[in-house]
Amino acid sequence: MSRASRRSVLSGGAATLALSLAAPRAVGQARPKAVVIGGGFGGATCARYLNRMGVAVTLVEPNTTYVACPYSNLVIHGSRDLAAQQFGYEALKREGIVIAPEMAAGVDADARLVRLASGATLPYDRPVLSPGLDIRFDALPGYDEAAAQIMPHAWKAGPQTLLLRSQLGALRDGGVVVMSVPANPYRCPPGPYERASLIAHYLKTHKPKSKLIVLDAKDAFSKQKLFQTAWEELYPGILEWVALGAGGKTTEVSVKEMTVATEFDRHKADVANIIPPQQAGRIAMAAGVADKSGWCPIDPLTFESKLRPRMHVIGDAAIAGAMPKSAFAANAQAKVCASAVALLLRGEAPASPKLLNTCYSIVAPAYGISVAGVYHPAGGVLADVEGAGGVSTLGASREIRAREAAYADSWFKTIAAEVFG
Amino acid sequence: MTRVRATVLAFLFSLGSACAQSPAPPGALSCSGCHGAAGLEIPSLSGLSADEIAEAMGAFKSGARPATLMNRLAKGFNEAETRAISQWLASQRTAP
Repeated sequence: MSRASRRSVLSGGAATLALSLAAPRAVGQARPKAVVIGGGFGGATCARYLNRMGVAVTLVEPNTTYVACPYSNLVIHGSRDLAAQQFGYEALKREGIVIAPEMAAGVDADARLVRLASGATLPYDRPVLSPGLDIRFDALPGYDEAAAQIMPHAWKAGPQTLLLRSQLGALRDGGVVVMSVPANPYRCPPGPYERASLIAHYLKTHKPKSKLIVLDAKDAFSKQKLFQTAWEELYPGILEWVALGAGGKTTEVSVKEMTVATEFDRHKADVANIIPPQQAGRIAMAAGVADKSGWCPIDPLTFESKLRPRMHVIGDAAIAGAMPKSAFAANAQAKVCASAVALLLRGEAPASPKLLNTCYSIVAPAYGISVAGVYHPAGGVLADVEGAGGVSTLGASREIRAREAAYADSWFKTIAAEVFG
Repeated sequence: MTRVRATVLAFLFSLGSACAQSPAPPGALSCSGCHGAAGLEIPSLSGLSADEIAEAMGAFKSGARPATLMNRLAKGFNEAETRAISQWLASQRTAP
């Protein structure tokens, strides 16, 4: 309903009475203000939904182009252009969302404003932090920002993705690729294994004498049986996974020697892809919403910080219980958080939500597998709804796998359109 | 007094329609992460009635309708929740 037609309804003598009985305070007042920090799947979604719910939104995002991580393993594989992963904020601007194109430097809870790197400030009624993650360059001996130019992490899509792709392109047949996978939690739990699959597929197709060694700081991982069954079928003799218990945990890297060391061994690599430990994006520390783990505890009903009242945290940065750090989860959380924030700004209490997650992994061209979950607040965290969720059927036909690969493609197009289109 | 009551009722009614989109039932907001425009591999929900959506969810849950993934998700909702989601989705014809 437009403001003009609402006024005409109110034009009778009962206007004052109606307002006092039921009308929102918003009539005749400025819209409430939200500042959303971070323009990824979580932040951009949250900004759009808040805006549609009548909240004035400023989105703080320094990059004019967002590079999506889901599907970026196909860029490394060589079957997708990075351009297909890139999105802008024009659609958000057209809807009336204001973009502040710089980094957020801090959040002042008392003054209720976000400080930008330039020193400018943005006042808010509620802020939503969706800062994603930072690579921890202090966590693995030998692995700092300079080392990442020799041994790419490619865990933030963009130049790192292209660097790893070009290194694989330059690899000699008979070379050794070493991947290092961290302990939980990290962005996209099945992501390293999708990447291992697609690198193995690339090697099998183009450089069949080569080998991929996956050094893992875990003994178990997402969709493990599905991946390992596919690896035995598709990539025997090419892909070797080394579990934590078999000495898989990386303890040190040397870019000078091109080695990746574990407790038991030292692997010489022609190409090394180091996925290091991670933590919530820097602004989460500055705002005081991250705990000692480096991630952000939240109320599962509203995504309000457990450490800083009135501030909300969504996406990879949040400790979301059983929900994984995925683009789908960030998008789902953003919509629930936007609803909660809009209600809280009207002085109403949000009902208990349910959220979904779906993550597809591509094991080979036309070979997709998935994990899905349903979540609800229970015991102060987001817990699995018992009896729901799970992974693709083990032993399903290649036709089913092809269908799931097609669904993955469909999912990416739809979510990208909902968030940026 | 009659005029006052009529105006108040008209106003409350208009508020109701203005806010029809806001209170999504538990779970409903997640659907648009996968179900979007028509013509893609994952079917669009646009144009489906509440009954059609609820029936499909029930069939996914019971296993009567084969699925790769919706069977796993449908099991996370009871009948009343499924009904509420279906009605909300059917009312979102213009939503993305």
